[in-house]
Amino acid sequence: MSRIAATFARLGAQGRLGLIAYLTVGYPRLDATPALVEAAAESGADAIELGIPFSDPLADGRTIQAASQQALKGGVTVGRALEAASAARKKTEVPLLFMTYLNPILAFGLERFCRAATEAGVDGLIVPDLPPAESVDLRRAADASHIDLVFFVAPTSSETGIVAACRAATGFIYCIAVTGVTGARPELDPALLPLIETVRRHTNLPIVVGFGISRVEHLKALEGKADGVIVASALLDAIARAPEDPAGQVRRFLSDLRRPAAG
Amino acid sequence: MSQATPDTRGRYGNYGGQYIPETLMAAVDELTAAFDAAVKDDGFRHEFEYLSRTFSGRPTPVYRADRLTHEAGGAEIWFKREDLCHTGAHKINNALGQVLLARRMGKRRIIAETGAGQHGVAVATVCAKFGLQCEVYMGVDDMARQAINVYKMRLLGATVTPVESGSKTLKDATNEAIRDWVTNVRTTHYVIGSAVGPHPYPLMVREFQSVIGREARAQMLVETGRLPTAVVACVGGGSNAIGIFAPFYDDPVRLVGVEAAGRGLKSGAHAASIVGGRPGVLHGSFSYLLQDEDGQVMATHSISAGLDYPGVGPEHAFLHDQHRAEYVSVTDEQALAAFHQTSRLEGIIPALESSHAIAYAMPLAAELAAEDLVLVNLSGRGDKDLDIVRGASG
Ligand SMILES: Cc1ncc(COP(=O)(O)O)c(C=O)c1O
Repeated sequence: MSRIAATFARLGAQGRLGLIAYLTVGYPRLDATPALVEAAAESGADAIELGIPFSDPLADGRTIQAASQQALKGGVTVGRALEAASAARKKTEVPLLFMTYLNPILAFGLERFCRAATEAGVDGLIVPDLPPAESVDLRRAADASHIDLVFFVAPTSSETGIVAACRAATGFIYCIAVTGVTGARPELDPALLPLIETVRRHTNLPIVVGFGISRVEHLKALEGKADGVIVASALLDAIARAPEDPAGQVRRFLSDLRRPAAG
Repeated sequence: MSQATPDTRGRYGNYGGQYIPETLMAAVDELTAAFDAAVKDDGFRHEFEYLSRTFSGRPTPVYRADRLTHEAGGAEIWFKREDLCHTGAHKINNALGQVLLARRMGKRRIIAETGAGQHGVAVATVCAKFGLQCEVYMGVDDMARQAINVYKMRLLGATVTPVESGSKTLKDATNEAIRDWVTNVRTTHYVIGSAVGPHPYPLMVREFQSVIGREARAQMLVETGRLPTAVVACVGGGSNAIGIFAPFYDDPVRLVGVEAAGRGLKSGAHAASIVGGRPGVLHGSFSYLLQDEDGQVMATHSISAGLDYPGVGPEHAFLHDQHRAEYVSVTDEQALAAFHQTSRLEGIIPALESSHAIAYAMPLAAELAAEDLVLVNLSGRGDKDLDIVRGASG
């Protein structure tokens, strides 16, 4: 069983909502990532999403845009992201997923990228500008390297779109919580719970909710409904508030998010 | 050239496609269906043609540029006068078509990106005419260099939203427009300004722009009794070029796309995607792209804001690989020289974008024989560029 499947099986057995922490590789400093992964894993993250920055992140709001630009300026490359993942893997056994746009993967080479990611200990891939209909080549490369390829459903998805994502995905289904780009938001969209129910009818894969998730109340509201949440911009915002102590910020933020939810 | 009609997912050979976030997928499907229905609908076609005639000022003439012809000393040089369109460029053709389509789909809010401001002005103009809400994203660097167009858009009632991110030019304005669309997709139609983006945009933009080539082909036959030897157009995203090229696909006519070489291809400061780039994915489609080894999109430079874009429409990538069209490049300096030459010799002040096409057409005409014809798409007029030219001339 893959690390991702094993993690959700365990979470399911415990009746716990999984928490996935998103970190932009090379943010706030080029060499920061492995230590931040370790801090996140020790502070309640059940899996880590590692964002490989792209120059034109068109599904991302201001927080991830700014982190990406800073990381790129700091010298992050796909090669360095692979090294960071590899170093992080030595510190923790939680699932690691790469999240990046298609072009850096294309430039690296789809097969070469999937192979290198697996060798680095990465378990899954999330590519926000790759819909199922365009995914044949990356799917083949991911399968050859035994790496999961996650797809999205959104509040605007048609039934056909939901079915296509559920057919195409391995690992989990990424359920976008808002009609919009990434970025912390105060409220959950009321349409989210019905969307999760619809997706549930089409798949046995875990359903993970992301975009806008930033508060304890969000986690509480999703407990028993979704299988996991992804916290991205809110975590990067916390790092940005005290970039001299990113690991401390990651620990504090995730523990605060977890404590009341864990009861 | 039947493959120039893309497959159902918008593939021209390997190029094109729909590389977009899931949030936009349903909207793009809806748009595809609405566009397919509209082009088959006589009512829609009549409205487009009627307004093209009475509002945009079509047909635009073809014009024999005698003194440039004499100067070049070879083939006759002709201009297709898109500079005479309402709002001063070919951009109005696409803006009109897409806004009519948005109305059919019941979308009351229109967004657009703009580089030179010509597309933004065209969209703001059509939105004013129909009373639609209009927001235009524009890089702050472009707002500075095309200030008159910013003022025009505001006069027309549009909101112009400055974009501070990235290179602060057209690419970043496009990113921001796409983010707006992702957020407001239920109420909003995004009018892309060139033959780029996910399917069906490249096809749709070609459809609305190919009026240029249809008119020009018929007009050249009337005026000269033959087809041009070569058709030359500047290529930013590629809309004016695809619009004039497409109706000539089945003819023995050379098609030449002119990209912006900026300070020279070797300088790295250019915007020549086909000549200087390699295939990749940006803004929803797979096509030639200026990118570094790591797949990061590169900063571009051109004196002409409308050509200052790292990508190019997928149909051009296909035409290039099929050798059906040739792609070349012209520097800032050469374009400026053509700008001055055309102003003085023809009494026509061309847009800096179009000046790139003229700059290539002159030496091309010189190589050809006197009975040959070189047709240049004069995509727009140069009023918007006077400050830049004045600055560059010192
Ligand atoms: C006059 C003119 N010509 C050409 C262009 C380049 O765009 P395209 O390649 O889509 O025709 C622009 C873009 O702003 C323009 O204003």
